[in-house]
Amino acid sequence: MSAHDTAEPTRRDFLYIATGMAGVVGAASLAWPFIDQMRPDASTLAAASIEVDISSVTEGMSLTVKWRGKPIFIRNRTPKEVDDAKNTALSALKDPVARNANLASDAPATDLERSAGEGKENWLIMIGICTHLGCIPLGESGEYGGWFCPCHGSTYDTAGRIRSGPAPENMAIPPYEFLSDTHVKIG
Amino acid sequence: MSGGHSTYTPSTGIEKWIDARLPLPRLVYDSFIAYPVPRNLNYAYTFGGILAIMLVSQILTGVVLAMHYASATSLAFDSVEKIMRDVNSGWLLRYMHANGASMFFVAVYIHIFRGLYYGSYKAPRELLWILGVIIYLLMMATAFMGYVLPWGQMSFWGATVITGFFTAFPIIGDPIQQLLLGGFAVDNPTLNRFFSLHYLLPFMIAGVVVLHVWALHVTGQTNPTGIEVKSKTDTVPFTPYATVKDGFAMVLFFILFAYFIFYMPNYLGHPDNYIPADSLKTPAHIVPEWYFLPFYAMLRAITFNIGPIDSKLGGVLTMFGSIAILFLVPWLDTSKVRSAVYRPWYKLFFWLFVADAILLGWLGSRPAEGVYVVMAQMATLYYFVFFLVIMPVLGLIETPKRLPNSITEAVLAKSKGGAVPAGATAAPETKG
Repeated sequence: MSAHDTAEPTRRDFLYIATGMAGVVGAASLAWPFIDQMRPDASTLAAASIEVDISSVTEGMSLTVKWRGKPIFIRNRTPKEVDDAKNTALSALKDPVARNANLASDAPATDLERSAGEGKENWLIMIGICTHLGCIPLGESGEYGGWFCPCHGSTYDTAGRIRSGPAPENMAIPPYEFLSDTHVKIG
Repeated sequence: MSGGHSTYTPSTGIEKWIDARLPLPRLVYDSFIAYPVPRNLNYAYTFGGILAIMLVSQILTGVVLAMHYASATSLAFDSVEKIMRDVNSGWLLRYMHANGASMFFVAVYIHIFRGLYYGSYKAPRELLWILGVIIYLLMMATAFMGYVLPWGQMSFWGATVITGFFTAFPIIGDPIQQLLLGGFAVDNPTLNRFFSLHYLLPFMIAGVVVLHVWALHVTGQTNPTGIEVKSKTDTVPFTPYATVKDGFAMVLFFILFAYFIFYMPNYLGHPDNYIPADSLKTPAHIVPEWYFLPFYAMLRAITFNIGPIDSKLGGVLTMFGSIAILFLVPWLDTSKVRSAVYRPWYKLFFWLFVADAILLGWLGSRPAEGVYVVMAQMATLYYFVFFLVIMPVLGLIETPKRLPNSITEAVLAKSKGGAVPAGATAAPETKG
């Protein structure tokens, strides 16, 4: 402060700057734990992956499991459902991207890229949450024979792709892998 | 108005002793007894006091309910049922708290509309208005988090949908939502932090209310004519005039409040909230509490993409914008005349705005389909046109009616020919 009066910085100038710096750094580093504690805690993250036995899910059946507090739809689709989805032109889709966490982020929303891949095209594993505002759509309903969200009327087809309504994206596909023919690891 | 000198004179020895050390009695006397208020305040001006008493009521019932409530997902729903069935008078306290929230919003909406009608936000009361909008925002956050605590189906899915708003923002949306929820979905950490914040926020509201009242007492109250106080005959002392008027209005308001508590305690709630939260089953219709319905309607009205903004983000921005715009009202209104009483066109558009807000509320309760969507879009358009076009343009082109020279002149002109004895209105401060 008094640097304007004297040529040399005084001891008060030094104390002023040092105290100010300690205050700023102190406040910033103290703020961090208060923000950090709000993030998902260790027990929540520990539940980040699950293993599911799908041997009982026969053709045309669905299983809903909980992963990270969210419902995961595991559906063994009928050949008709697979064909319906395959025969839909990409141009008819509202969201042309697969939204599949196992593929590149720009993969097209073809039925193959939505399903569990070659040879496992009957399996559709996705996060059962409407991409509009987070409601859970009802299965095997709606205009396209897929899912229908009762909250705001979004409809999804048999590959979980958004077809009409306010939702902006296809239902998301979580990272997963088949450990064997009967076991899937999600997460 | 508060610029006048303090008229407090401590009479007893103990009063003098306190006054020399902590002049709190002087502050109370100057603020709530001798404080001059415009002589022409009508019952629309009693809602500030009603709001203060409702905040006290909510804090008192809330503190007591917290003694019986357990904020864990496995216990919350049952603990609320225990309050209803086992805790002595628990049903009454909970119904007072739940319906009290609704009454709080009834009062705040009348208070806000009164401010818009009489131009209470205009210079020099811009900060007073802004503090009010901040209180309103805090009230919304508090009410939302409070509704989550019973951990019923509407609690859970309301929290899911509302925190889902943040996912509309690209890139930062998902991390923000996870930070709010403390997980990947609404769960135990969410409930715990909402309970903590629900307990904290009312005290923050109380803090901002102190600033709001402080700002009010610096500028003085407006009044139905919108003319500033010019002489002593324009005002009456706060006590007994405003105290009795506010008190009488509070009694009437409490009768309405009591009617809801005792005769229709669940009318404003939603039956689905008596079903325990189920994270795997969404109710057929997710509807927020009635006081959020106009904003919910605006959220859902945006069903189309606007350039690079998709419909979901557009809806969220519209909803946030509908509240953010209130902060700008003091500068959007260009009229030199404060009160709608002297602005025939503004009066018309104001009542249309009231009707529009009620229409939006009704549309928010309807399913978002068919003609309701189009109606919601038109109503949303008028909401924004009112603030962004009508307010600025009307102030420039409207010809206001002739303003009276003073509040006293306006009061006397009104009571001319009435059966009121001349002395009673000419010098009301000599009464009582």
